Amino acid sequence: MDILFNYLQYPFVRYALIVGVLIALCAALLGVPLVLKRFSFIGDGLSHVAFGAMCIATVLRMTNNMILVLPITVLSAVLILRTGTNTKIKGDAVIAMISVAALAFGYLIMNLSNTPNVSGDVCTTLFGSTSILTLTLGEVWMCIILSLLVLVLFVLNYNRIFAVTFDENFARAVGTDTEKYNLLISVITAVIIVLAMNLVGSLLISALIIFPAISAMRLYHNYKQVTIAAAVLSVAAAFAGMIVSILAGTPVGSTIVAADVLVFAVCWIIGARNGR
Amino acid sequence: MALLEVNDLSLGYDGKAIVEHLNFKVNAGSYLCIVGENGSGKTTLMKTLLHLQKPLSGTINYGDGLKPDEIGYLPQQTEVQRDFPASVYEIVISGCQSRLGRRAFYGKEEKALAADAMRRMAIEDLKDRCYRDLSGGQQQRVLLARALCAARKIILLDEPVSGLDPKVTAELYKLIEDLNREGVTIMMVSHDISTALRNATHILHIGSSVFFGTRQEYLSSKIGRMFLEQEGGEH
Repeated sequence: MDILFNYLQYPFVRYALIVGVLIALCAALLGVPLVLKRFSFIGDGLSHVAFGAMCIATVLRMTNNMILVLPITVLSAVLILRTGTNTKIKGDAVIAMISVAALAFGYLIMNLSNTPNVSGDVCTTLFGSTSILTLTLGEVWMCIILSLLVLVLFVLNYNRIFAVTFDENFARAVGTDTEKYNLLISVITAVIIVLAMNLVGSLLISALIIFPAISAMRLYHNYKQVTIAAAVLSVAAAFAGMIVSILAGTPVGSTIVAADVLVFAVCWIIGARNGR
Repeated sequence: MALLEVNDLSLGYDGKAIVEHLNFKVNAGSYLCIVGENGSGKTTLMKTLLHLQKPLSGTINYGDGLKPDEIGYLPQQTEVQRDFPASVYEIVISGCQSRLGRRAFYGKEEKALAADAMRRMAIEDLKDRCYRDLSGGQQQRVLLARALCAARKIILLDEPVSGLDPKVTAELYKLIEDLNREGVTIMMVSHDISTALRNATHILHIGSSVFFGTRQEYLSSKIGRMFLEQEGGEH
């Protein structure tokens, strides 16, 4: 306990906790409709795109890489959604193609550019490593503002997101602009993924989106409860994961994901005992 | 003035027509049954009526103050819905989504509408149950209640009884009949020709040849008799 309070004296530890909790909250909220729409993989695909963009930013030695990474990822989210409804190439194949291509080209660019510590940089981008503990005050504010924006958009559109997720055809038939809400969902997802890269790195982001939603669905049977439970479970897992990683010196990203897996296991057992 | 008037409508995909020169009218209070062989374009017609798809040519006119997005819709179940964690109430009230306008949340009026729809479908006691735990017949009632929230005047049903056992099927048809008697106009796509002929006031038969008319006219038409014989063998 004393050690923990000692650590909390440092502003970078407090920043990490604030940012981590906010990102986990947003990811979990959005995870519920994404998982239900069978869009779990969009997170995976976009995170690889974000990795590619991050590599370009590193090679260009940009100080604030978000300026490049955010627009590229948002653009890819829109592209994936557009082609997702195209019958020529199936949605899941598009996601897989974009995702591996971004991964390959990202790594290629990194290697071609003679940056001194390629494997170190790649590892940081893929697994987050300690980057969340090196956030500047500016980055923290950017994270806070973007997360709050995501939260507000989500709450204001909660009923419509539910309607579009449950039955897109019905929603369209009664005059809801489903394209608009699908676009909203993918843009928000892109923003969350870019934010979450600092927390868990681009390989593990899907865990933040998928695990809390699936865990909550084991426990609750209506949409509102599932959404709230996913948010609570995700925040708890992220907070616990960060504390453990600070105390035990483990990598932040993988510890948080491990906590999410643990939460899922517990929920799965509780769900099984309740006869699901 | 008819609620819905279809003039010289051609339907299909990628410029290839499945059905051509379709003409029919739906008057307020009528019960139209749309029948035809598989692949004859029933689903395409329905999607066009709901603006999910554009017609190749022709027009659909709306009368009697009906707005194009005021057609209630009972779709077939989708893969996504089968394990969807949502309560009956959440689904029924989502039928009010077009009434939200610029608001973010449902108000008193929508809640009253949802309560009324659940009462009419006799599912009030299922209000807090999870949709995926319900039986097939109960699920259809929930979706019907949602359709009622979306539209008071006209409802379009897509194969409402597919996969239901005979007893539940009869109950559901009874509910639909009651709605029709209360003044709700019904359009139903169905394989089940025998029931179609018992309840419907009008029949639209699409396929290689097209027929539109009242039930009596259909029964005495050549196409009607042929289709009945053919389908009769299967039932």
